[in-house]
Amino acid sequence: MNILSIILFVLFVAFVLGISFYFAGRAKSASGYYAAGGRIHWGINGIAFAGDYLSAASFLGICGMIATAGYDGFLYSIGYLAGWIVALFIVAEPLKRLGKYTFTDALDANYNHRGIKLMAAISTLLVSICYLIPQMVGAGVLVTPLLGLPHAVGVILVGLIVITIVATAGMTSTTYVQFIKGALLLVFSLVLVTVVLIRGLSTKPDQGGRVPFREYRTLTATEAGGSLVLEDTAWQIAAVREVKTLRFVKLLRDGRESWWKVEADAASGGLKLLESQFTARLADGSQVVNGAPASKDNILSQAGNMETIAGKTGPEAETGSLNPAKYLSLIGDSRTRIKLWKNTSFSDNGSKVTIYYPVFTTGNKILRPGQRFKVEGTATDRIDFLSLMLALFLGTAALPHILIRYYTVPSPAAARKSTIVAIAAIGFFYILTLFMGLGAMTNGVVNLLDDNMSAPLLARSFGTFLFSMISAIAFATVLGTVSGLIIAASGAVAHDLLDRFAKVIKSDKQKVYAGKVVAFVVGALAMVLGIIFKGVNVTFLVGLAFAVAASANLPSIVMMLFWKRTTARGITASIFVGVTSSIGLILFSPTMYELYGKDPLTAPFPLKNPGIISIPLSFLTLIIVSLLSRSKAKGAAPAAV
Amino acid sequence: MQDGAPPGSERAGRTCRKGEKRPMLHEPAAKSGADPAFLYKRRLGAWMFTLYAVIYAGFVIVNLTSPGLMEKTIVGGLNLAVVYGFGLIVFALILALIYNRACGRREAKLRSAAGQGGRA
Repeated sequence: MNILSIILFVLFVAFVLGISFYFAGRAKSASGYYAAGGRIHWGINGIAFAGDYLSAASFLGICGMIATAGYDGFLYSIGYLAGWIVALFIVAEPLKRLGKYTFTDALDANYNHRGIKLMAAISTLLVSICYLIPQMVGAGVLVTPLLGLPHAVGVILVGLIVITIVATAGMTSTTYVQFIKGALLLVFSLVLVTVVLIRGLSTKPDQGGRVPFREYRTLTATEAGGSLVLEDTAWQIAAVREVKTLRFVKLLRDGRESWWKVEADAASGGLKLLESQFTARLADGSQVVNGAPASKDNILSQAGNMETIAGKTGPEAETGSLNPAKYLSLIGDSRTRIKLWKNTSFSDNGSKVTIYYPVFTTGNKILRPGQRFKVEGTATDRIDFLSLMLALFLGTAALPHILIRYYTVPSPAAARKSTIVAIAAIGFFYILTLFMGLGAMTNGVVNLLDDNMSAPLLARSFGTFLFSMISAIAFATVLGTVSGLIIAASGAVAHDLLDRFAKVIKSDKQKVYAGKVVAFVVGALAMVLGIIFKGVNVTFLVGLAFAVAASANLPSIVMMLFWKRTTARGITASIFVGVTSSIGLILFSPTMYELYGKDPLTAPFPLKNPGIISIPLSFLTLIIVSLLSRSKAKGAAPAAV
Repeated sequence: MQDGAPPGSERAGRTCRKGEKRPMLHEPAAKSGADPAFLYKRRLGAWMFTLYAVIYAGFVIVNLTSPGLMEKTIVGGLNLAVVYGFGLIVFALILALIYNRACGRREAKLRSAAGQGGRA
């Protein structure tokens, strides 16, 4: 916690609330509240799209994944950006032309069918909530190091600020908050990448002299008669553990425990022991870090560095400033060796030990898929990869908080132009993510407990100002995205359900009031979920939201526009099947089984990503039900305009 | 355009859709009028989407069938993974700009052909 962070943070929040109060007058009508009166300039809307889209998952999650798994994290960047092609070429203009406030409007425009209104509103609400959870969890993650507040306080703080933004000025203030946040995120990410390139690469990164480079020790050993013999007799072997194919030893020296990873040493033909980091929860509940009681000063060291750069090491490997292409080519060189950290847990004499051990990976393996997604693995692994890439591609154009942004501009042409500005801004940002992630990987800044903080910690290695700025922007990222999601949810309930479906809304004013009440309720729900889901992987939850959105919404949008025989019942059934199958498959997936504390291998559904099953299933349902209902009742609505 | 004012648009909705109980039903947020370029844009969009989808699928397929290819250096010391990945991002923007230009031209042409240049 430092004064500058707090000042910047307070300024940001004051500014954001100022915008809300300034625009409060424009939110008195339903059009003003839900669609900013349709008066936003396409350029501003385009950057606001970037603000909406580049959520905590993009900024914190992708950079963190690249920092720990290399190119595999960048696959998310590629997929998230590709999704905008669907948004631009298929969805943007028709959605603007057919709808008024919500995605349901557009879908229902040619049918006026209660089933569509109900199902589309429910799917909007569910997808928004799935997407809200990781944002709120992200808020807690950020506030803890920034302001020294506990997770729950961070979540409640975000919740209260967002409810104020949304309830005072709805979509207008949200749009301007997103515009400013999107622009700041782009500018400061560019600044961060620039200083990373100027610093260049080194095998002993010391965070610009701020944190001395930590050298990890290596011991040599031999195997005699099935047991290890250490060359240096000052160390005593206390325990040997085998975890799958890995072998670890616990050593004692001067009464202090340490864990080491055992590896074959090709040079000597013997064995070598690599110093690892570890945490242990003892039987009495106390925490130990690296052999000493955990405290504010005794925490896991930040890690990640290059051992050799294109075959060189030590001072002669120092590169000085590099251009972007040279930076990537040196990291991706097959003679480059990068030290990554992985972890594994087991119990040792009643205490639960988690070891963080080094894994040396050559550069050519870092800059291609395979570290996280096993593209060379089993058939299931590869189908999983395909499923993820499919959901990312088709998910964007089905996200409710993105879709409602098409109603803030005056015309379909403006909707199209703002999408192009969004593609330019978001594409540029995603290119930067590769440099930020690799920068974190090689600059010794990765927090082994939580890779989500990689980008802000990389910024901290350049001084407090950049750290405070990047953290404040990351916080604003959460604020903005949460506001957009709450408006989407509030539109789904007040406009789609209460007004269009249940017909209980009597006036324009009442609809705005209902929207604000819903914003408050959804905001409160988001706070509760943000606290419950503390510690759950942010990126995983966002991937879930993409898969649900792509399965529930995309088939009906596409088929409504391109298949004349689509019927209202077909759309209703498709959304229902899309939502239930995607959420159902996720609940029975290995990832969820791990969360339940069961063996992931026993999960009934073998894939982590449901998209490859649930998206085609939703399409198929739409086609079959449309054909059946059409043959029953001739004369259903014609295709779009 | 002053069509953002909702009371006005509500009245307009009422006059347009006589006999409908709910005046706000199915009314666009703004009067964008009929769009004669609609079919052209939809067809062009579908083609460009297909083109991009094929190239994106190519990326996924190379990763699944011969991931080793992704480490091959292609140009300027950069490997296929980086070139293809950045390429997909840049290509999206190029396609988007071409699409916008084509749509804008067609809209302008149809507008002038219809002789109603004033309506945006």
